[in-house]
Amino acid sequence: MISIENISKWYGDFRVLSNCTTSVRKGEVVVVCGPSGSGKSTLIKCVNGLEPVQEGKITVDGDEVTAKRANLTALRSRIGMVFQHFELYPHMSVLENLCLAQEKVLGRGRKEAVVRAEKLLTRVGMEDHAKKYPSQLSGGQQQRIAIARSLAMDPIAMLFDEPTSALDPEMIKEVLDVMIELAQEGMTMMVVTHEMGFARKVADRVIFMDEGAIVEDRPTNDFFDNPESERAEDFLSKILGH
Amino acid sequence: MNYNWNWAVLFEEQYLSWLISGFGWTVSVALSAWCIALVIGALVGVGKTVPNRVIRAVSATYVEIFRNVPLLVQMFIWYFAVPELLPDDWGRWMKRDMPNPEFVTAVIALALYTASRIAEQVRAGIETVPPGLTSAATAHGLSVSQTYRYVLLPISFRMIVPPLTSEFLTVFKNSSLALTIGLLELTAQSQQIAEYTFQGFEAFTAATVIYVCIALVATGLMQLLEKYTRIPGYVGTEG
Ligand SMILES: Nc1ncnc2c1ncn2[C@@H]1O[C@H](COP(=O)(O)OP(=O)(O)O)[C@@H](O)[C@H]1O
Ligand SMILES: [Mg+2]
Repeated sequence: MISIENISKWYGDFRVLSNCTTSVRKGEVVVVCGPSGSGKSTLIKCVNGLEPVQEGKITVDGDEVTAKRANLTALRSRIGMVFQHFELYPHMSVLENLCLAQEKVLGRGRKEAVVRAEKLLTRVGMEDHAKKYPSQLSGGQQQRIAIARSLAMDPIAMLFDEPTSALDPEMIKEVLDVMIELAQEGMTMMVVTHEMGFARKVADRVIFMDEGAIVEDRPTNDFFDNPESERAEDFLSKILGH
Repeated sequence: MNYNWNWAVLFEEQYLSWLISGFGWTVSVALSAWCIALVIGALVGVGKTVPNRVIRAVSATYVEIFRNVPLLVQMFIWYFAVPELLPDDWGRWMKRDMPNPEFVTAVIALALYTASRIAEQVRAGIETVPPGLTSAATAHGLSVSQTYRYVLLPISFRMIVPPLTSEFLTVFKNSSLALTIGLLELTAQSQQIAEYTFQGFEAFTAATVIYVCIALVATGLMQLLEKYTRIPGYVGTEG
């Protein structure tokens, strides 16, 4: 589904990504972790072309994202993305947040978009808040709506960039529950997160990054039970707190 | 002091009609210029923030030129110099056949000047929108122009209602400069009444009161607009 072949990226002289190669099969859930500044966000932003790469090739569902003439807007409309700070449109009601791209990008009619939006709001448990504005909701509620907003586009894959790290602890679970359900329904997902419980529960593979490189890319249990690199071991012991 | 007060002169039919007509021209010039300035100002303000370098440079140049040359000079340039600089046919048309040349020229000069100031407000407004919102819109497949139209501009225009209010008031005050190219707007008419009746104090008091009333109405309208468009609970990145 997603294939990343030997990509490298620089900001000026600074190499953010070096020769990263990996892939995500249809229905697979891959967790990306690693220390802050290791290039996790940059890597997943390259997948939907939010950030360009200087070397290498990325394809999603057979379409080359890195091609010079790639139709990026069409491609992006098929890949959902959820951000650390939710990024809901503050001037629109929850319902309008879910309808905007459906109508303007997919060209759905008003009725169809509303029906789809209401269905997804119900699914994330937010059906009573359709008329509210984002700033009237808690962080956990906003993030669930952000997930619903992406799902309303009927994406073939979902990208998550630390979806719970801006949340108060008591709200993390409500968001993770939505993501776990999604994973169990077979959504293809690439998730940057430090929630190792989530990784253990639903991830098929874990990618560990450090200094712009993919250091480990292994089945979940193998990664947790015996990390190959010292850096991953270090990271795990810090994050798991022993 | 030996001044003959005569407020009644303002209500004599001839002078009252001059005041009314002056008021009409002031409002027409200011509102026409404002509408044009909003459109151009929005475009230029957006132009200062787009990824394309050439568009950014053109927009920045526009703002520097129109904001820094005094409005009075700009009025003179449009009225006296531009018809001479244009190709003969056009220049002749501007001088002879263009309907209502004082009005049209005043509107153009005032609109282009005000646009440069609005552009700066629009740019500042766009810059208060967190960059993550643009990423989100892009990630959902919105094009650059859709992102501006549905996300960046609606948010930034709400943020800049207060500074736009003061621009809106300024456009009425600045419209008085149109008298220098012969438009009989409110200030010009009061001056004329003063000359005909020697009741200068009354005439300019009338003008002052009318300007103040315009300002009050304009402020009230903008406050309604602000209330109506306010985003519940939202403050921008610098709020
Ligand atoms: N726009 C940018 N310009 C320059 N450097 C950047 C930019 N974005 C990110 N970086 C740098 O790239 C590195 C990787 O960033 P990021 O992918 O956000 O890391 P992570 O998500 O793993 O914390 C960091 O060192 C960061 O400072
Ligand atoms: Mg990050």
